[in-house]
Amino acid sequence: MADRTPKRRTIDVDVLARVEGEGALQLVIDGDQLRRCELSIFEPPRFFEALLRGRSYLEAPDITARICGICPVAYQMSAVHAMEDALGIAIPEPIRLLRRLLYCGEWIESHGLHIYLLHAPDFLGYEGGVEMAKDHPEAVKRGLALKKAGNDIVRCIGGREIHPINVRVGGFWRTPRRAELGTLVPTLSRARDLALETVRFVGAFDFPDVTRDYEFVALGGAGEYPFNEGRVLSSRGLDIPPRDYERHFAETHVRHSNALHSHRIGAGAYLTGPLARYSLNSRLLSPLARQAAADAGIGDTCHNPFRSIVVRAVEVLYALDEALRVIDAYQEPEAPFVEAPTRSGTGYACTEAPRGMLYHRYRLAEDGTIEEAKIVPPTSQNQPSIEDDLRAFVPAWLHLPDDALRHRAEHAVRNHDPCISCATHFLRLEVQRG
Amino acid sequence: MTERLVLCCGTPGRGDDGVGPAVAARLRAMAVPGLRVEAIPGEATALLAALEAHADVVLVDAALSGAAPGTVRVIDCGAGETVPVGRTASSHGFGVAEAIGLARALGSLPARCRIYAIEAEDFTIGGSLSPAVAAAAARVAAEIAAA
Repeated sequence: MADRTPKRRTIDVDVLARVEGEGALQLVIDGDQLRRCELSIFEPPRFFEALLRGRSYLEAPDITARICGICPVAYQMSAVHAMEDALGIAIPEPIRLLRRLLYCGEWIESHGLHIYLLHAPDFLGYEGGVEMAKDHPEAVKRGLALKKAGNDIVRCIGGREIHPINVRVGGFWRTPRRAELGTLVPTLSRARDLALETVRFVGAFDFPDVTRDYEFVALGGAGEYPFNEGRVLSSRGLDIPPRDYERHFAETHVRHSNALHSHRIGAGAYLTGPLARYSLNSRLLSPLARQAAADAGIGDTCHNPFRSIVVRAVEVLYALDEALRVIDAYQEPEAPFVEAPTRSGTGYACTEAPRGMLYHRYRLAEDGTIEEAKIVPPTSQNQPSIEDDLRAFVPAWLHLPDDALRHRAEHAVRNHDPCISCATHFLRLEVQRG
Repeated sequence: MTERLVLCCGTPGRGDDGVGPAVAARLRAMAVPGLRVEAIPGEATALLAALEAHADVVLVDAALSGAAPGTVRVIDCGAGETVPVGRTASSHGFGVAEAIGLARALGSLPARCRIYAIEAEDFTIGGSLSPAVAAAAARVAAEIAAA
């Protein structure tokens, strides 16, 4: 009698460590059944939560910025907005606009890097951006020019392009003169043209015809495409202020990952990030960005994670459009920051990091010392949905050889731009056959 | 005289990752004519922009290759040598190796481009240079100044 034990394949993708994001992927396949799918991320934000205890409320933006070298602005923004919530500080319009502009810079930097050097190689069949550059030099130059335009914004407002040093609770340590922002206009205008080309470039890629019925979660309801403000909305009707986040979302420990897994209480996995932001707010994009999305075949919502690269490109175009609008509207504030007496209390904030919503909560003592901090990064929130993507898509790829299957699986993970994608060159595959 | 650009990568206060800035400080103190010295974090986009704009570039960065701490390896990229990806110990995921690879692919690598990769020992946050690496910083600065 023939042996009917299904043949087992175990596909391990280990990532050798660098600073930002350490992760691994394991698929266990018995015959034509995907038995196990585990994405492990070793990102350690909880160490920062403990590190923050006992520090001054003024230190939170600079300490939390160090969590990520790609999206430090997001950590700074969630930190200052949470502190301002705790202290009852209302920021004036010029400060609000400057923060919006700073965030535009970070989206352009982060999305530009991901689109051209980390994600496009998956669609065009290259190991990475360096290999792709040999055959597509003009495309890579476009990506680098976009990244540099984002860097220019962050340096101008934040003082330097990585881990900016100018963000302060209540505003900024120093606010730029109108003329300083004006120097950005020629670069950003050229970059906007490049962003439009980018939407067309990635819109022409071949996409698997798949969708998932995600619960999208993003900020919204503030009358503008979200960066720093708004309520927490979901595509299934949730509509809450950021201070109620922990009543509706919980983190749990899973054995295979150092990062906690988030879920919506009573509902399960959800998705935050570009697909969610876009699907909940696409009508708030600028006319140029909306038209570019429509021309690239993206409707008012997008449920195909492989098309996230197009949505990112649309967000880059919007961020450049918005940056130019903000620079034009900017009036220098009377003071660079608003000060308020310290008091005991708790502050909450959600802002939109490039990868998705970033939640911060701080409990302060009377003198402004941080007594407790909680940070929920977007990659932790998206991890269950990334695994669900693999569970949904991998069964259709099981006929592929190990190398091709590994590549498809990695591509599916990179659709969501988790921190591990910055390690695109450091993946090692181990295949064990039963 | 053609200006030679020295890009010293790294972050002070991160142990031996600060070796680039330490070399920059020594070179500035020497005030060598024709030498422009910049201390930068090592982010790939900024590096690429600098590489594009200069014909003669020297890069200094911390490295991890398994050699003894303080070992200096000179990689002559202008002569076609490649940088092992994942071996340099910049504090960012997209750094010197990627910038050199991209510049070469895009045809924007300077005609003269050398990297001084200084083997690091310790990257403790808040730490200073380990003795072997500090000594290497002095040797590298002297060699660059004399070249």
